Amino acid sequence: MSDAGSFVRRDRLWHPPQYDPGYKTSVLRSPRRALLSMAMSSSERNGPKFGHSMLDPGDNDLIRNHMVSGEAVGERIVVHGRVLDEFGRPVRGTLLEVWQANAGGKYRHINDGYMAADDANFGGCGRCMTDDNGYYFFRTIRPGPYPWRNNGSDWRPAHIHFSIFGEAFAQRLVTQMYFEGDPLIPLCPIVNTIPTLAARNMLVAGLDMANMVPFDCLAYRFDIVLRGRRQTFFENLTAGM
Amino acid sequence: MPVETLKETPSQTAGPYLHIGMLPAQAGLKLRSQEKLNVLAGPGVEGTRIRVEGTVYDGAGLPVRDAGIEIWQADSKGRYNAPGFSGWGRAGADFETGLYWFETIRPGRTPFDATRLQAPHLSLLVFARGINIHLHTRMYFADEDAANAEDPILRSIELRPLRQTLMATAEKRGSETVYRFDIHLQGEKETIFFDI
Repeated sequence: MSDAGSFVRRDRLWHPPQYDPGYKTSVLRSPRRALLSMAMSSSERNGPKFGHSMLDPGDNDLIRNHMVSGEAVGERIVVHGRVLDEFGRPVRGTLLEVWQANAGGKYRHINDGYMAADDANFGGCGRCMTDDNGYYFFRTIRPGPYPWRNNGSDWRPAHIHFSIFGEAFAQRLVTQMYFEGDPLIPLCPIVNTIPTLAARNMLVAGLDMANMVPFDCLAYRFDIVLRGRRQTFFENLTAGM
Repeated sequence: MPVETLKETPSQTAGPYLHIGMLPAQAGLKLRSQEKLNVLAGPGVEGTRIRVEGTVYDGAGLPVRDAGIEIWQADSKGRYNAPGFSGWGRAGADFETGLYWFETIRPGRTPFDATRLQAPHLSLLVFARGINIHLHTRMYFADEDAANAEDPILRSIELRPLRQTLMATAEKRGSETVYRFDIHLQGEKETIFFDI
């Protein structure tokens, strides 16, 4: 049954804290009271189910899905990996949404005023679903780094945004993927909101030469871990708890 | 040795351009321009139509105009994932005013556990630049006194005045019933956010 069992508690000291003065925008956008712990109900043990009707053909090919006159400019890459839960079980048939800047570091967004050139053939928006093994892939171009106002001009390392649904609302996760070897990673105030190097390293996709497509694309591997659903050994809730 | 599990992938902010991936039409993309993720109540859906709207405010009292809001709810009979009603929606705050809105149906009561029901509610997630890990809250209906008084989550909020931060009040706008639900990230009116 899909809503049996609750989920392993989120390790809030592993995730970035809400408030981190190194990332200035978080200062006024972070709650001051502690989050209220609550028991998990059917509302959190269930979650939206998306079928393949959510996908248009080409949604997982960002090189071509916003094409006007030709393919997107940039270093051609495949990003692939598995979505697992904390017990190592594959998360099947779950929707992933990705978005990113173009090869020059410019977003296709009406609010992005960075001077880098637009690429009319690149939207930077994609979707895919995991298969029965929790496996996903999409094709894109490597995004460029870009500057932002935080401490004068900070620079974001090249990154791809990920939104993952999982099987239940409790598993919802939005994060960013970085690229192995990018020297901007350790300098980034947003990366550094995550307290430990071990946790930050989970967001760094490795160059995967075994899976490159000869004379076409490099490959990067990015595995994602969502909260694990616990076993229900006994239904032992005391009345009134 | 204690048993080890994998660690969850850490969160990062959705950033100011979350619309590209989550609401591409609002970003100005021509992809999926027909998709209306903030309209949950299609023509065949049973239940009382409601509109839910509000603004996310930061600690200075300014609207968070780049926020993305997701809702998740039961159908009018209190069922999750009922046929014909996804129960999930997403809206972007307006880039000028900061207002977000959904057209949905009033949810029914849904189980808390094997013996108790919850009051009708929407679960909400807030994403934005500066929010390092999405904030999880709930909207309850201020006109559901009896159900609210029994709700295990509301009852667990010891400081009673804080329960009010989760209450949406109804107003009539023509033939429409509008529930206003503002979310305060910080400050005197700070909304209750959950660790679930």
